[in-house]
Order: sequence, then C-alpha cells, then structure tokens
Amino acid sequence: MDVDLILRVYPFFLQAAWVTIQLSVLTAVLGLACGSLGAAARLSRLRIFRIIGAVYVSLFRGTPALIQLFILYFGGPQIGIQLDAFEAGVIGLGVNIGAYMTETIRGAIIAIDRGQTEASRTLGLSRWQSMRYVVLPQAARLMIRPLGVNINALIKGTALVAAISVVELTYTAQRYIGSTYKPFEMFLLSGTLYMIIIYATGRGIAWLDRRARIT
Amino acid sequence: MTDTAFVEIRNAAKSFGSLQVLRDINLKVERGQIVAIIGPSGSGKSTLLRAINELDPLSSGEIWLEGVQINKKLPHRQYERHVNQVRQDIGMVFQHFNLFPHLTVRENITLAPKLLKGMSAGEANALAEQQLAKVGLMEKIDAYPSQLSGGQKQRVAIARALAMKPKVMLFDEATSALDPELVEEVNLVMKQLAEEHMTMIIVTHEMGFAESVCDRVLFMDGGVVVEEGPPEVIFRNPENERTRAFLRKHLQTNHNR
Repeated sequence: MDVDLILRVYPFFLQAAWVTIQLSVLTAVLGLACGSLGAAARLSRLRIFRIIGAVYVSLFRGTPALIQLFILYFGGPQIGIQLDAFEAGVIGLGVNIGAYMTETIRGAIIAIDRGQTEASRTLGLSRWQSMRYVVLPQAARLMIRPLGVNINALIKGTALVAAISVVELTYTAQRYIGSTYKPFEMFLLSGTLYMIIIYATGRGIAWLDRRARIT
Repeated sequence: MTDTAFVEIRNAAKSFGSLQVLRDINLKVERGQIVAIIGPSGSGKSTLLRAINELDPLSSGEIWLEGVQINKKLPHRQYERHVNQVRQDIGMVFQHFNLFPHLTVRENITLAPKLLKGMSAGEANALAEQQLAKVGLMEKIDAYPSQLSGGQKQRVAIARALAMKPKVMLFDEATSALDPELVEEVNLVMKQLAEEHMTMIIVTHEMGFAESVCDRVLFMDGGVVVEEGPPEVIFRNPENERTRAFLRKHLQTNHNR
C-alpha cells in the first residue's frame, strides 16, 4: 500500500468529502420535504391526492436512481430544464429518497393507535388539530430511526452523482486513479471517509432517538 | 323537530356492507337520566354508543342532543365544523382509556380546553386541578400516563372528558379492561357523577353496577333493542326470553370466576 501517496492526496479527498456532506444535507432536507408532502398525499381524504402519492412512490422506487439522475441531467435540457451537475444531483437524489421517506413517514403515522385519533376527535379537535397535537408528536418519535435508515442509504447513494461528474468522494477517487493507477488506495481512502460520515450521522440519529424517548 | 328529548335517537340503522349491525333503534334520554346498555358482544351496543358522537355514523336515522341534530347531512367542510362543535358537548370514555402518552396528566386535560375554548394556561390549569381533585388524583397531575395504573388512567380519562363541560357522557365498557381490584375506583367516580345528575349512557358488562346506578336499562341483541325498562324489571323480572337467557348466562360465568 502506497502510504505516501495517500498522505499526498488526502487533502483533496477531504474537500471532496465536504461536497459529499453538502450533497447529503441538501438531499436529506429536500427528501424530508418530499416525504412529508408524499405522506400527506397518501393519507389524504381525497382520492386524487392518494393516487398522486402512490404514483410518486412507485415511480421513484420502481426505477434505478441512476436512470432518474440521467433523465434529469442529460435529458433535462431537451425539455428545457438546465441544471448544473450539483443541482441535478441534489434534486434527483432528493426526490428519489423522498419516495422512500414518504413510506417511512406514512408508516409511522398509521402505526399510532386509532384510539388516539378517536379520543382527540371526541373532545372536539378537528382532523388537523388531532394530527398536529396528538398523532404527529407520537409518530415523530417512531420515525426517527427508520428515517435514519433512509438517510444512511442516501449518503451512500450520493456516490451515484459521480456519474454526472459532480466532484464528490467517488468521482475524486476515480479521477486520482486515472493519474496514479492505484485504485486500491484511492477507493480505500474515499470508503473510509464515507464510513466516518455515516458513523457520525448514525450517532446523531441515535442521540435524537434517545432524546425523543426521555421527554 | 322542536319537541325532542334531551338525547334522542330515532329509527337508527347501520350496516357495514351487507351486515346490518343496528336496526330500527329508538331511544330517549332525559336530562340527568342514566341509561345502561347491556347485551352480548356483537349485539351493536358499542356501535350505537359510537354513533351518538359520529365516531361510527349511522346509515340512517337521526340523533339529537338538546334540540340539535348531531348527524346532520352537510357538505364536508360544514359537516366537519358541525361535528367538531357538537362533540365538545359529548364526553366519551373508552375501554382502553386512550390517554395521550406523550402528554402529562395535566396536558391531557388542558389540551382541548386550551385549543377549543381559548382558555389561558392559568384558567386551563385551574380547571385541570379541579377535575383531578374530583377523581381523586391531584397528586398525579405531572405524571405521564405510563406511570399510572389502569384505574388511575381511566379516572384521568374521565377528568379529561369532564373538563370540556359536556352535556352528556358516554361510557364504552369503561371498566372492561381493568383488573378486578381496580374496577371499584372507576365505578365510584361514575357514581359520583350520577349523584351530580350528569346525563350518562353506559355500555357495560357489569350488571350489579348498572342495577345500582341506572334509571333505565336497554338489552340489545342482534342489532335491536330486545327489551327496555327500569333496572329492577330488567334484572329481576325480564319478559323476553333472550334477556333471561343472557342474564342467566352472565350470572353463571360471573359465579364461576
């Protein structure tokens, strides 16, 4: 193993890791927004929204994320959508993970006992008040862990945007392999950095989960 | 439609698909009256109770509370506003308590008064303390539901319902999920309400309690009211064979316990 080479190039990998972190955070935020909207649609009283939600979920879970990214980034300009690679990466991955998060959020909401809604509605609370003050606070606790699983998947999923040449961890490894012919060292380096990011995120999720339990 | 009893159910019917669970039910409850509904499981008694506050709306028939029709047919938005309003006047207590586990006892009680009656935190607090004192649980005001026994949970649930100052209270097998030694404390609270002339409709399996507290007893079976009358008649001298058979069976199982 060429330790000297690793010591020489690692600052560039750190920069790339920062890009991966930015990608992950923005994707997670967009994913949560799409997931919340998706779950609201899936649980709507109105059939049309339920259909839209179901189509969204099956479309984005039923096709490879890589194809979705390609359609957006390479196919987009043909229908008038011009995005740079980073933007396309965030939007493509965010909308994709949002489909998974839709199911996570919906699952947590329907896991809350129906008696909770009945008790609050019986007191006179509206559908929305019952959701806001009784169901969602309980569901939020239930969804922290499974959303953590979604976020773990999305961080690893950011590797896909190397294919549309966003200079993040995977792309950087590929680039340095091109000039050094040392794939073992380069992929090991980026893999290690992925692991650190994922481990730290996992700890953060576990902390949130513990905190939600106490109060 | 002006001359209705305090609570009145007219020609109530309900089906789930092809299964008819309620058939032609009529019931009048005067202010301050206490009515027990008894019958085997699956007889429709809980469904009838849940129809009164639109948790399980009727397929046909009418439900009135103090001259206001509860199950009005209205466009969705208006209907929602209407039920949110009328439900404030109808307290309900469930078999499984349904306390909000993420809120303290105090917050369980103050949530609806604060949201719906615009009470300040101070007013709502005073109300919570008053209602808790009534069910004898002042010392649990800052506890979470998970820290309470079943009997205590049910008493808090009663306090929560009472905090909305309902005109009528519905009890859906309020003591069925309790250990036998915890039943009495809940019965005592209900007896106390009876003495204060709260209008109550009680679905119960406890014949002794029904007999001692209620003004009137309905025996339901197969979605219809089979027999109805004062408790001394229904329990001591029922006319209908089905009522007799039910009570006989019920007494036996209770003795065998």
